[in-house]
Amino acid sequence: MSKVQNNKAWWLVLPVFLLVAFSAIIPMMTVVNYSVQDIFDQSSRYFVGADWFRQVLQDPRLHDSLLRQFIYSGCVLLIEIPLGIAIALTMPTKGRWSSLCLIVMTIPLLIPFNVVGTIWQIFGRGDIGLLGWILNDVLGISYNYAANASDAWVTVLVIDVWHWTSLVALLCYSGLRAIPDVYYQAARIDRASNWAVFRHIQLPKMKSVLLIAVMLRFMDSFMIYTEPFVLTGGGPGNSTTFLSQTLTTMALGQFDLGPAAAFSLVYFLIILLVSWVFYTAMTHSEKN
Amino acid sequence: MNKREKVSFKKLIPLWIYLLFLLVPIYWLINMSFKTNTEILGGLTLFPRDFTLANYKVIFTDESWYSGYINSLYYVCLNMVISLSVALPAAYAFSRYRFLGDKHLFFWLLTNRMAPPAVFLLPFFQLYSSIGLFDTHIAVALAHCLFNVPLAVWILEGFMSGVPKEIDETAYIDGYSFPKFFGKIFIPLIGSGIGVTAFFCFMFSWVELLLARTLTSVNAKPIAAVMTRTVSASGIDWGVLAAAGVLTILPGMLVIWFVRNHVVKGFALGRV
Amino acid sequence: MAEIRLQQLAHSYSAHPSGPEDYAIREMTHIWEQGGAYALLGPSGCGKSTLLNIISGLLSPSEGKVMFDETVVNDMSPEERNIAQVFQFPVVYDTMTVYDNLAFPLRNQGMPEAKVKIKVHEIADVLDLQPLLKKKAKGLTADEKQKVSMGRGLVRDDVSAILFDEPLTVIDPHLKWKLRRKLKQIHEQFNITMVYVTHDQLEASTFADKIAVMYGGQIVQFGTPRELFEKPHHTFVGYFIGSPGMNLIEVKPEVGGVGFGDIHLPLSDALQQRLAATQWSTLKVGIRPEFVHVWDGPVDDAMQAEVTYVEDLGTYKILTLNLAGQLLKVRMQEDKPVPQGQAWISFPAQWLMLYADEFLLEAATQPVPAGEVPHE
Repeated sequence: MSKVQNNKAWWLVLPVFLLVAFSAIIPMMTVVNYSVQDIFDQSSRYFVGADWFRQVLQDPRLHDSLLRQFIYSGCVLLIEIPLGIAIALTMPTKGRWSSLCLIVMTIPLLIPFNVVGTIWQIFGRGDIGLLGWILNDVLGISYNYAANASDAWVTVLVIDVWHWTSLVALLCYSGLRAIPDVYYQAARIDRASNWAVFRHIQLPKMKSVLLIAVMLRFMDSFMIYTEPFVLTGGGPGNSTTFLSQTLTTMALGQFDLGPAAAFSLVYFLIILLVSWVFYTAMTHSEKN
Repeated sequence: MNKREKVSFKKLIPLWIYLLFLLVPIYWLINMSFKTNTEILGGLTLFPRDFTLANYKVIFTDESWYSGYINSLYYVCLNMVISLSVALPAAYAFSRYRFLGDKHLFFWLLTNRMAPPAVFLLPFFQLYSSIGLFDTHIAVALAHCLFNVPLAVWILEGFMSGVPKEIDETAYIDGYSFPKFFGKIFIPLIGSGIGVTAFFCFMFSWVELLLARTLTSVNAKPIAAVMTRTVSASGIDWGVLAAAGVLTILPGMLVIWFVRNHVVKGFALGRV
Repeated sequence: MAEIRLQQLAHSYSAHPSGPEDYAIREMTHIWEQGGAYALLGPSGCGKSTLLNIISGLLSPSEGKVMFDETVVNDMSPEERNIAQVFQFPVVYDTMTVYDNLAFPLRNQGMPEAKVKIKVHEIADVLDLQPLLKKKAKGLTADEKQKVSMGRGLVRDDVSAILFDEPLTVIDPHLKWKLRRKLKQIHEQFNITMVYVTHDQLEASTFADKIAVMYGGQIVQFGTPRELFEKPHHTFVGYFIGSPGMNLIEVKPEVGGVGFGDIHLPLSDALQQRLAATQWSTLKVGIRPEFVHVWDGPVDDAMQAEVTYVEDLGTYKILTLNLAGQLLKVRMQEDKPVPQGQAWISFPAQWLMLYADEFLLEAATQPVPAGEVPHE
């Protein structure tokens, strides 16, 4: 649509700007403030420049956490994106089954994060959980997410898949629904195989929606806190401690305000950078 | 109808497996919520042998439990109202006008959706304490605006761009003032867009734990915080915990039911 | 190459149709002969797209048979019927080049690359797509995309018929003409059966040898453009073809003919007999504006009408006349004198058509021409 140049439009945008600025800029200023100062108490603060940043960037604890986080987000994307596409392709498009399917798939998205953690915490326990019981007593696989690191990892991943794949599937589903019937009709007449239809019609049309799905899943998985925390508390040991938990412990637990603030900025920057890449790719492909 | 148009059941099996995968853990939670603690710890039963409503009774009678729900619902609704009211005019501006810094403003708004809540924990805590809003519902509502408002603007802008500008112009020619046009003509046209936006605002605010817990202690304590408190107490009350969990899923299901027709349309905009 | 036969074909979208209104296509029997260029003409909603989809196999008819040569193809998919279809909305595979788009159906058949190359170049030549072959299909204009769509239909050797569903809708007017000519060339060159669906009578007349006019789910007439013009079998054909359409006046039977108001129109004996033998609920006469005879001055048998409006359109004029309360349009050549105030007109018997319940009533019982539905 052709837009009119009018700077008075700022009046319409002002409430949003003020609200978000209040929620974003002021806290950010605080964070920046803390990141370059050493704070002992209210009255004694010393400017330390980039010291905290140097310390944070060399902290092995943070390196571990960061690595763990990237691996986690990578696994999440690798599983959820193809799975979401596959499910979207099989979802019925009309009738009662379609509504039912949509409703069931949306349920996990609306459960508070801690309840998600609680559900699986219960479900996976050997003594009171169905899954724990099936794995340990019926199938004979020893499974204990609280004691075994790889069990914990697998469980945390399964929780994420359970929780968020629906989002990817629903996005892809809507992208698929937007394809006009004529494309499928033409493909039939051209004798295209199912794979060719997927590759040349469905996948290209889903590109913009997929990019949004990838962006959202990357960002949200990179910020994950509650679910692993409720399930394992970050353990056993550090095996499921991801970035958000490390930061929270630093900030609220240990009250290391300086390093926490510096780390916050680095954390935010990483997400911004990767998101900017995705955003540019998205608008670039839309322009084409 | 074409034989070929009937969906092959073989193709649907993976879908059924996935749906089952989604439902079984929830069924287990519901199952547990109707059992007594002795039965839960005694052994594994697929259906409650001693069916009991005692767990639910605890939640509905104990103020520390049900106040959690009320608090959560309250700030979520507050957030929905605030987010929608500020996002509507802003989305309109982005949709209809070009102005100084518009693209940068839009991008900046989106980056806030990408902000890790963990980064804002401490600053929010200090900020809201300093203005005396700590442990209030409005604090949580405002804090959630950080990521809900950009989302709302983004979704609404998409829907508004689907309404041709000619409608605005016709209304002005017909003598409508801007507020009247906006209220009587424009909003009904983007009704489903508002529904979708409200849905997503509800969703993201209802499920968020970290900020909600940090900014509250007693008066505005959300149900999520009540539940996690229970876990750390000695002797986990599994039955009540399960019942509490089930009750948190219900509002979500109600909301889905109301917007079920619009969900796909909203997703179809591809702007979630 | 195939003769396409529709045998007692009918289609309803509802599972249990209760009456004619539930049918998108009412029972018809029709033959499209091999190699012909046909148009399926009708207003929106008359069922022409439905009929096209039934022929191509995208839709299975609820009743009746579709036959290619002697084979019943009801259960065969479009791929199996070797049909190519060009849609209203240009369908191209965005991610592929024009070359790959054209090659797509051939590669799906497993044709060797060398042969694919020859065929693609041949078709690209015919459609003037040579300069675009390396371009990505996404960046093409609407008419180029439509040409690529057509190309995909033409590129296959084994195509028995090509169906076009209003393919020029999205094309700019000045390019429509070029594409129409191109289609005609292609038809002459390849000699494939082509069925072209449109709601534009001009398109239909320029493209097709024979036009099937559809109305309300039935083919009401099947003939050359000239036949449709001179002898419309249905009032709709009379109204739809020609500019302006046929004049239609409701009449009542009288001794010696029919009449309205104080006007009497004599009919031949044979026609009167036919009328008497027919059951009808509405009776109309029709005459085209071009065929109304305007006398220079008052003449005995001529009818007197009042001239209410004259439109001068350059090479011809349209007169609106009031004849006993009925408005008529008359089309006159530019060189003929325009009557002022009063006009004296007559309806030549050979051009005056009688319609009972919208269908043409003719004197002798002629054999029903192939492809025409006998009316109820």
